[in-house]
Amino acid sequence: MSPSGPGAKEAPKYTKKDFESDQDVRWCPGCGDYAILSAVQKTMPDLGIPKEDIVFISGIGCSSRFPYYMNTYGFHTIHGRAPAIATGLRVARPDLKIFVVTGDGDGLSIGGNHMLHVLRRNVNLVILLFNNRIYGLTKGQYSPTSELGKVTKSTPIGSADRPVNPLAFALGCGATFVARTVDRNIPHMDEMLKRAAAHKGTAFLEILQNCNVYNDLAWNVIYDRESKVQHELRLEHGKPLLFGPPDDRRAVIMQGVIPTVVRAKDVPESSLWVHDEKNVNAAKLIADLFAPDFPIPVGVLTAIDAPVYEDLMLEQEQKAISDRGPGDIAKLLTSGDTWKIS
Amino acid sequence: MSQIATPATGVEKSRKALDRAVIRFAGDSGDGMQLTGEQFTTESAWAGNDLATLPNFPAEIRAPAGTLFGVSSFQLQFGSQRVYTPGDRLDCLVAMNPAALKVHLRDLKTGGLLIVNTQAFDKRNLDKAGYAANPLDEPALAERYRLHKVDMTGLTHEAIKDLPLNTKEKDRTKNFFALGLVSWIYTRPLEPTLVWIEKRFAKNKDIAEANTRVLKAGHAFGETAEIFGEHYAIEPAEMAPGLYRAMTGNRALAWGILAAAQRSKLPVVYGAYPITPASDILHELAMHKRFRVRTIQAEDEIAAVTAAIGASFGGAIGVTASSGPGIALKGEGIGLAVTAELPLVVLNIQRAGPSTGMPTKTEQADLMQALYGRNSEAPVVVLAPATPGDCFYIAYEAVRLAARYMLPVLVLSDGFLANGSEPWLIPNVDTLPPIEISFRTEREGFFPYLRDSATLARPWVRPGTPGLEHRIGGLEKQDVTGNISYDPENHDHMVRTRAEKVRRVAQEIPPTSINGPATGDLLVVGWGGTYGSITAAVERAQADGKSVASIHLRHLNPLPPDLGHILREYRKVLVPEINSGQLVRVLRAEYLVDAVGFNRVRGLPLASEEILEAINQLLGGKA
Repeated sequence: MSPSGPGAKEAPKYTKKDFESDQDVRWCPGCGDYAILSAVQKTMPDLGIPKEDIVFISGIGCSSRFPYYMNTYGFHTIHGRAPAIATGLRVARPDLKIFVVTGDGDGLSIGGNHMLHVLRRNVNLVILLFNNRIYGLTKGQYSPTSELGKVTKSTPIGSADRPVNPLAFALGCGATFVARTVDRNIPHMDEMLKRAAAHKGTAFLEILQNCNVYNDLAWNVIYDRESKVQHELRLEHGKPLLFGPPDDRRAVIMQGVIPTVVRAKDVPESSLWVHDEKNVNAAKLIADLFAPDFPIPVGVLTAIDAPVYEDLMLEQEQKAISDRGPGDIAKLLTSGDTWKIS
Repeated sequence: MSQIATPATGVEKSRKALDRAVIRFAGDSGDGMQLTGEQFTTESAWAGNDLATLPNFPAEIRAPAGTLFGVSSFQLQFGSQRVYTPGDRLDCLVAMNPAALKVHLRDLKTGGLLIVNTQAFDKRNLDKAGYAANPLDEPALAERYRLHKVDMTGLTHEAIKDLPLNTKEKDRTKNFFALGLVSWIYTRPLEPTLVWIEKRFAKNKDIAEANTRVLKAGHAFGETAEIFGEHYAIEPAEMAPGLYRAMTGNRALAWGILAAAQRSKLPVVYGAYPITPASDILHELAMHKRFRVRTIQAEDEIAAVTAAIGASFGGAIGVTASSGPGIALKGEGIGLAVTAELPLVVLNIQRAGPSTGMPTKTEQADLMQALYGRNSEAPVVVLAPATPGDCFYIAYEAVRLAARYMLPVLVLSDGFLANGSEPWLIPNVDTLPPIEISFRTEREGFFPYLRDSATLARPWVRPGTPGLEHRIGGLEKQDVTGNISYDPENHDHMVRTRAEKVRRVAQEIPPTSINGPATGDLLVVGWGGTYGSITAAVERAQADGKSVASIHLRHLNPLPPDLGHILREYRKVLVPEINSGQLVRVLRAEYLVDAVGFNRVRGLPLASEEILEAINQLLGGKA
């Protein structure tokens, strides 16, 4: 028997307001998190899930305040451990819809190990990773996604660590759904949230997010109107990898095993690289593309079907119960070698 | 399968009746000494004896053959009276090679029975054990002990020479020669071992036949070789009537959790990362999916505890286990369960440390870690089982208290309890106290940190309950509402409230049972796996006419409410522990009593002889 998933009950008609909690939001004015919160609250009614069946789990960091502002069940836990807590919750309660909210520090530094394992296990939950390339709550140290040479309070003459690419990391861990969106692109964020929420298995969504206090405009290459036109690559299943302004369309094509940018008009249509969400190997190449030499991919890199951790676990349990009946402690205690003393 | 033991009633002329015996099988880690010991234990249980065991093996999976550090041993004491410990000094030592002789000979009583496998005493093995000359040729050895040199390897091969097995396979059965021989010496029934062989090797008739023949050959050798002057009978012990089984501490913990799952009607989520000596609990629970126990082999100790906390948040029973080093890693997670006020059971199978220490050796040095090993004020309930079988009741009680009071409960078992076994009177599960779970569903007046007036527990709400959506977390919260709060007075109030909740668990603790007079010269106070050694020592002191009593604490936080009063009824207080003095420090601090410690930290159980010595010394040196 497969466990009953969320949505088994009929959800009332909700509006965004139903998902706003009574808590004052305490992020800095101008923080990118506001836009994400608003987008998530707006998306919730469309999921068709009763709000009491929705749980937001977070670790520590600015992003991790998120659950307090959602009028659902929520658990603000400890630094880096949200994926592990969510795994335990999911195994106990496969009927719930679980969202993990994390950041580049929480999810990829202190919690990197848990992120690896939740992705490889393919636990059915959504992970929203807010990537602002900086530590905000601890007031401005560099993060594992900060660029090499980043000058911060803790690295006054520049950081010596090379950054991790969240998308490449997730794909390397065997993630079954990997996507990227941007906090300043509300319609795209809405679409990606819905796609992530609809995925069966672990859905990993990187949200490029602005920390206007400690790392303002870190993603300006995709915020700035001019630059965005030049660099944004919208991934769409079945469509070629084309980007750039209408009068100067460019394509990413494969030359041998090397992705290369060419003028679209210079290559025949047959040599264009057509995006396929089911092709994980191609997604791994796309994950590494970034400005200035390449465009910045946004959208769904991969979405594949794979066995879900808790489904397999609960199938074993159901089979054990249907084969031999529910456990009986009195029988177990007297099983095997026993002897009587009178 | 249920069996009724049919112990011999009359004692033959050649047999000498004994009250008890302590024997140890020792050999190379590849010699099958653990299996030999376990089978001898089963035979002794069939014979109706009370018993206690002490397996002792190297941490290395396949330690190099013949070396001193590769020696594996299994000790047990069995008797016609109550047996509290695996025994201190040996009546009989079986040494399968020179290294085993070298490591264990010092524990054999003068005049004790020493049985050696002569063929293993070759140049190569003697070198590895560091013997310049063959110790079996030393006349002193035979003068000091009743030495029996038996070519077990040769006799084993002779017994099965016609079977189509290779030399290595034949060699491997020689432990059953030793088992057969010692079974004859102590008049043990072979039936349980024969039944075991049949089951274990059902798919390999030749191996089954070989083991059967070798077992009987060892037995026959004892009977016919006429080198053994006498053999022994140990009458069945007078034990409470009922159905018994052998129980190890780790299995008892696992089954206690299963019992709690069934009685609470909740699923269990067990998060664990493999670690000696706790892994067997994970293995055991993984076999019992029918009880709705969901085992997660987590990526690390932190994920193990946090997955359990996530499950508790979801309305299941969250359990995690480890040994000291892993518990250190779980500290922050346990703190989260303290402040989120969620039920959590943490099993610590203590081992010798610090750091990696001696993973397969026992210790009880994590008491302070259990009481204080977290940042800030993070009190938890701490329980400790006294015997392997007691682990069942303690695990069950841990779940019951965690759910009733909405807090973490730590259980301090240890390597000795985990692997040691005892005959265990199987309880009627209906007599266990109920575990009543009531999830809150009532919307009216709901707040996440409303408190029950008797227990101070906050309501347990399953996500999925309409109208009770709420958020909790690791930040300090206002009492009742659960809203984030940095208010100084509220923090002070919450610190006190979390402590008071733990203190209220004292109302669940039954009156302390005192072994001996209610007032007197000396009270011996113990906790955990030293129960047997302490009880044996105290009963011997009492038999010598000393005014001594003992109590054994199963609740370490909170302490039993009657403890302060009991401590004042004796002139002196002695606290034996396998640490540098942890409980003694707690008792001195808590009750201003001049308790003194007896402390040995060798990775081994305390010997009752040395505790008796400490008792006598404290009472004025009169032996």
